[in-house]
Amino acid sequence: MELTKEEEEALDGKQGETLALAYRTLVAIGEASNADRLIPIEWAHLSGVNYNTIGDAGKEFLSHLSNDARFKVKTTVNPMGFDFDSVSQYKLDDKFIENQRSIKNSYEKMGVIPSYSCIPYEIFDVPKQGTHVSFAESNAAIYANSFSGLKTNKEGAFSALASALTGKSPCSDLRDDDVRRPNLTIRMKVESRDELTYGMLGYFAGKVAGSSVALSGVNNLDRRSCKSLCAGMGTSGACGMFTFGEEKGEKIDFDKNEMQKIHDELNTSEKGDLITLGSPQLGIEEIGDLALMLKGRSFQKRCMIFCPRAIKGQMTDLGYTNEIKRAGGELLYDCCTCLSPLVDNKEVDSVVTNSVKGAYYLRTSNNVDVNLKSLKRIVEEETK
Amino acid sequence: MNVKIIVRGKAQGSLLVAKNPINFLGGIDKKSGLVHDKKHDLFGKSIGNKILVFPFGVGSSVGAYTIYSLKYNNCAPLAMICLKADLTTASGCAISNIPLVVADKNDYDLLQENNQVTLDAIAGKIL
Repeated sequence: MELTKEEEEALDGKQGETLALAYRTLVAIGEASNADRLIPIEWAHLSGVNYNTIGDAGKEFLSHLSNDARFKVKTTVNPMGFDFDSVSQYKLDDKFIENQRSIKNSYEKMGVIPSYSCIPYEIFDVPKQGTHVSFAESNAAIYANSFSGLKTNKEGAFSALASALTGKSPCSDLRDDDVRRPNLTIRMKVESRDELTYGMLGYFAGKVAGSSVALSGVNNLDRRSCKSLCAGMGTSGACGMFTFGEEKGEKIDFDKNEMQKIHDELNTSEKGDLITLGSPQLGIEEIGDLALMLKGRSFQKRCMIFCPRAIKGQMTDLGYTNEIKRAGGELLYDCCTCLSPLVDNKEVDSVVTNSVKGAYYLRTSNNVDVNLKSLKRIVEEETK
Repeated sequence: MNVKIIVRGKAQGSLLVAKNPINFLGGIDKKSGLVHDKKHDLFGKSIGNKILVFPFGVGSSVGAYTIYSLKYNNCAPLAMICLKADLTTASGCAISNIPLVVADKNDYDLLQENNQVTLDAIAGKIL
């Protein structure tokens, strides 16, 4: 990699140990991914916030780092493990709460915007087309590349953190326009579609595609379906971007058989003890939509709905919060389904969800079974 | 032999060679550096203060924090030599300031247990 004089000096420690650490990280990742140089990025979105994800080692690292590290560019963060406002309602142990608080404090000390959301593309204005950003949080990176007109790799926690501290990222993979052009097209052959169909299409795409993939026969996606597609793909593989319309090169069909295989993999129960809606968190449009679907109906079992705190005021002002609470829904902010300590397999055997990403992590990390079905079916079957 | 530098630095010490990839998050005790994965060929040995040779890292990227903890607890390797640079090992060595290089297969296969080696991960050489 070729570094500028300033970058070399920072790497050598002439601007302090924190920047040396950050540049070491960028160079290590750059060398490992054959980048030729570093380029500026305007916005970093960090993962590695939930204490369940990073543990004591992560907590300690962030605590030391935050003594003098300060973010150089706009930096937003992924969800935490739980909603501090409602923590007393859950049986979380004090150690977990303290550890999560330490992580929260470390990030805030370093200058993060306390978004605690996995949908930064929805709650913040998107910079102009072609802007380079550094997004860790697979659904956000894929959404940024595929729908928001931005450029990012599927960053890891450390590469995004190093980007936040330096305002730079290695120029490799999806930052290169040639890599952004797919040479594989997946032809969508399933007729009847909802957000779950798209989630499964995404999950399938992640298994078969390289860095980018083209989808043909897909159009008029609503926001919920776009998010589901991105989250599905981010869960199963390394692919970081969709384009739409057929491309040159190999073609693979996504048909009912392929979809059934994925459904069989992820759906491990015919019923669930509780419902989770999230992964990704719901934005204001989906919340409004849900409030409408729930008119005159009530959940027959516990339903946890994850959304960003950034929309809490708007949800309340528009009457959505009241409607959802009246129907028995539990609204949780700052957290999401994945690796959540709020879903405890000592209390719950299986969970109902419409999220492919949620289904995967509920089974593999929370060790519960999953009843995977569309939001429409959840409302039909789980409310009266 | 010439190597590709991932994290710069210099180290001198004896080689500890692993046949299996290493999962830092699951397989190493971060307080002692002992390999506690029964299925691993280094089971029971400590990776602390050795130049660790292994094909590549596997498992969660959170393993990078484990490498950091090893350094913090003074039981981290002096340096690492891999066949392939995975992002977890690269990130972990970067944040912990542990020299890391990638050797090509012919050179990598020459590295033997207990060899005394000087790793110059600035010039990009192993002596």
